[in-house]
Amino acid sequence: MSGFGALIGRDLKLAFRAGGEALTLVLFFVMVAVIVPFAIGPDRPQLSRLAPGIVWIAAFLSMLLGLDRLFRADDEDGSLTLLRHSSLPLEAVVAAKVIAHWLVTALPLLVATPVLALLLSMSWEQWGRTVLALVIGTPGLVSFGALGAAVTVGLRRGGLIAPVLILPLAIPVMIFGVGMLDPLAGSGATLFLIALSLVVTAFSPFAAALALRAAGE
Amino acid sequence: MSVDTVKQPNWFSRLAHPGQFLAWSRYLIWPLGIATALSFAIGLYFAFFNSPEDYQMGDMVRVMYVHVPNAWLSQLVYGVMAVSALGTLVWRHPLADVANKAAAPLGAVFTALALYTGALWGRPTWGTFWEWDGRMTSTLVLLLIYLGIIALWRAFDDQLKAGRIIAIVTLVGALNLPVIKFSVDWWNTLHQPASVFTASGPHMPISILTPLLVMMLAFTLLFALLQVVRMRTEILRRRAETLSRQAALGATK
Repeated sequence: MSGFGALIGRDLKLAFRAGGEALTLVLFFVMVAVIVPFAIGPDRPQLSRLAPGIVWIAAFLSMLLGLDRLFRADDEDGSLTLLRHSSLPLEAVVAAKVIAHWLVTALPLLVATPVLALLLSMSWEQWGRTVLALVIGTPGLVSFGALGAAVTVGLRRGGLIAPVLILPLAIPVMIFGVGMLDPLAGSGATLFLIALSLVVTAFSPFAAALALRAAGE
Repeated sequence: MSVDTVKQPNWFSRLAHPGQFLAWSRYLIWPLGIATALSFAIGLYFAFFNSPEDYQMGDMVRVMYVHVPNAWLSQLVYGVMAVSALGTLVWRHPLADVANKAAAPLGAVFTALALYTGALWGRPTWGTFWEWDGRMTSTLVLLLIYLGIIALWRAFDDQLKAGRIIAIVTLVGALNLPVIKFSVDWWNTLHQPASVFTASGPHMPISILTPLLVMMLAFTLLFALLQVVRMRTEILRRRAETLSRQAALGATK
């Protein structure tokens, strides 16, 4: 278990001390929301009606954009090979990296959502619900993403393939995530989103580890 | 004269040997082709001349004879790919990843045709080419998954490694498809419910069901034929690649 924690700590340190990629991702997240009013007009009631969907699209795109850094750097400098031979099972390695990735990419987005709420004139009640949906849904997104990143780690030009591969698979997350925001929908969508997120988070380390092993053969 | 003392492998491993596959599948192509052509001829004759018009849709109902077989194949082909993915991961069957690679573009084409014929059918009957209804949307997502898998196949240089990795993606897609289907149905629904394969038998008169089943058989045979041809082509292509690599190696020595 100490190896597990150490790995999370290492990834967090790497993210904070080098590159500042997390901040760039937040910037991208906010920018997507900023360009939407230019595209559909500054009409406040309309913006407020579309806001949860816009926030979800922005989060979706940001998560997909950040996918590539999950395993690629480790693969390039050889630490992934070391991790494969460590006493920690590869599945646990993947799980640790997924947790660290969520902390680095998803958590800052959640912190940035109030800015989007202001820009898109969301009500605070709407904002709260959106954040809750993102908190539940993003682990599922990151886990789908881990699979995409593991599958494309051996590809030199894999950057665009992983999002294209993962996007259709992750559509249910989007559907239930946005469905949760409908006040009339009841708790069905929330429960489905929780179930989906939990199942994907539980299974994806195994599938991703399998793909990493196949890629390293 | 040499005597073959090697123990003969069982049928399953014989199936696995690419050379053996090339040998016996050669005799499959002509019979399959003839059966496909015959069933298309019969099916199309029934579909165009020997089946009633629908009392509401008129002649438009005949679109069904191409639409339903394509929709059926769009799912069958994914099933074939999922089974071949299991073959790659569990038995490391050398032909399984060839089958997966051969089937992916076929599945994409059948799915695209199902969507296209569905749009042509939907325009006069529903008044729209496209509607975000549950079944149509999940078919569209299926098409996107096919295209993603094709893109992944094209991105890899090492086809053997690609086979194992894509098998994982195919299986994850197979597990995820019911979830997508369910979520999209939950989201919106308009399409008519299933009417051929239901627990209480088909919900349509025999005069329409017969040509439909013949057409489904014809399209399935077409898929089998194209699949065999594509698998043979893929094996030969890999052989040619190996030969050219060996030749290049010989030239440097």
